[in-house]
Amino acid sequence: MAMLDRMDVTLDELKHLVSDQALEGDTLLLNMGPQHPSTHGVLRLLLELDGEIIINCIPDIGFLHTGIEKNMEAKTYIKAEVMTDRLDYLNTMGNNLAYCLAIERLAELDVPERAQVVRVIFAELQRIASHLVWLGTQALDLAAMSVFLYCFREREYILDIMEAASGQRMMTTYFRPGGLWRDVPVEFERAVRSFLKYMPGRIQQYEDLLTKNPIFLDRVRGIGVMTKEQALAWGATGATARGSGVTYDIRKAMPYSGYEQYDFDVPTHTAGDVFGRYMVRMEEMRQSLRIIEQAINRLPMGPFRSNDRKFVPPPRSELGRSMEAVIHHFKLWTEGFNVPKGSVYQVVESPRGELGVMLESDGGPKPYRIKWRTPSFSHIQLLSWIANGHYVADLVAIIGSVDIVLGDTDR
Amino acid sequence: MENEALNKAVQDLEARFGGTSRIFRGQVQVELPVGQIVAAATALRDEHGFEVMPDITAVDYWPQTSPRFHVVYQFNSVSKNIRVTVRVPLDGNEPTLPTMTGVFPNANWLERELWDMFGIRAEGHPDLRRILMPYDWEGHPLRKDYPLGYEEVQFTFNYDEIDQRKPRPKE
Repeated sequence: MAMLDRMDVTLDELKHLVSDQALEGDTLLLNMGPQHPSTHGVLRLLLELDGEIIINCIPDIGFLHTGIEKNMEAKTYIKAEVMTDRLDYLNTMGNNLAYCLAIERLAELDVPERAQVVRVIFAELQRIASHLVWLGTQALDLAAMSVFLYCFREREYILDIMEAASGQRMMTTYFRPGGLWRDVPVEFERAVRSFLKYMPGRIQQYEDLLTKNPIFLDRVRGIGVMTKEQALAWGATGATARGSGVTYDIRKAMPYSGYEQYDFDVPTHTAGDVFGRYMVRMEEMRQSLRIIEQAINRLPMGPFRSNDRKFVPPPRSELGRSMEAVIHHFKLWTEGFNVPKGSVYQVVESPRGELGVMLESDGGPKPYRIKWRTPSFSHIQLLSWIANGHYVADLVAIIGSVDIVLGDTDR
Repeated sequence: MENEALNKAVQDLEARFGGTSRIFRGQVQVELPVGQIVAAATALRDEHGFEVMPDITAVDYWPQTSPRFHVVYQFNSVSKNIRVTVRVPLDGNEPTLPTMTGVFPNANWLERELWDMFGIRAEGHPDLRRILMPYDWEGHPLRKDYPLGYEEVQFTFNYDEIDQRKPRPKE
């Protein structure tokens, strides 16, 4: 009985969001999720349906809320970094990068050239891996099973490279403030080059399977249209905004990690529908390959992390010879490093859009406040109006096309 | 500040809305009084080309009470490629601020999160509910006086004792 009362309260809370017809029973209220295969995680959508047409869609998030921001406040900077992987689990390298860049900006820490280039390579590999998951699940939601299997096969290639470098397929924690955790392994360059040879043909294969497939086109054209003005007003970023004609890429606009040295295009599409966003992401994968190729060709030798002992641990070999190194090592692994007082907002272009870290330090070894501005959070909010007037089956295509990760949303 | 457009926007915020600006690590931060924030955001959007508001968040300075919170707005101009951070100090334990939903529609969820996590109420918000925490949750987790919390390990000898003081949803 107690359970039923609680359900009533939930509906009562939402009454002002649905139309009057729903309360009289003329329209149908339907729960989609929180456990539904096409919501890509634990997302609950409360749909108000007139027949099969959606007239209201009320997204309900928070099922994956793990209090990462609060937890990070209680950990030293190094220990808190492993939590960044768990935010957007398809973009672990990108999260590490945003976090490290924020600390480096606040502490005015320099990163050696080799680390910068390796960071760019991994960020772009991660972008391709994330887009492969997006493409596979989007195609699977629209009943194209084989594309899904192909995408996950190619993604495994990238995860292997990440495992070789960091020891982990997904939860990498590979970038550290001041550089990298360790240098890339010797087989790294060969693995990346062979991936560069292998991948373009695969992207072509996906396009052959989908871009000219009339069944796929019928499902994506004219669905979930968002104009450029709407995209800006609702805070859409990344490929979701570029599919509506917003020419904005943080890698071009506010370059970090030396992105200004690479030659690449920012693909946009004017349609603003599911198809537009699909075309943008497909082209983005090719552009990422271009960046990786330029980066691997100029991968310089040299140190892979900064020499600033106040932030970066000394190499193992020094510990036996230098008392100073032992002291630094001890201080770093017990107390952690202190970051100067102040507040910065560091943005990076994640595969989903603008990933921002608002880091505020009180001068101590733990972040005083860290806020993750995550693209998925803004993009789920789009679902509250973008699906209105469409069929329920089209909602599945729209959810796929805004490319959400619930770990990223709920934090 | 080298950027002409950014310079103009910041000078405008200082002259018309009583802001104080500073540059920190190459980023512009403007502190504004809470009463001016909606007018200032409208001016930023309409006159200075800041079309996007990516984020609203807050920082809790407990046990300090004046100001206890800083609400931090980020503004981004896609066309001019400039960014500005606006900070709004708030006093007291149950602060309110005017809602931004009329200027930027995506403030809807961001202000719900602000209420959920910090207990900062946005006046005039169309749908101010909790967003991440369960609807019957008590307290605002990201406040500094809210404990981090942990779960006590239950053994056979103290199972019932711990079971009694376990937090559970209210009936």
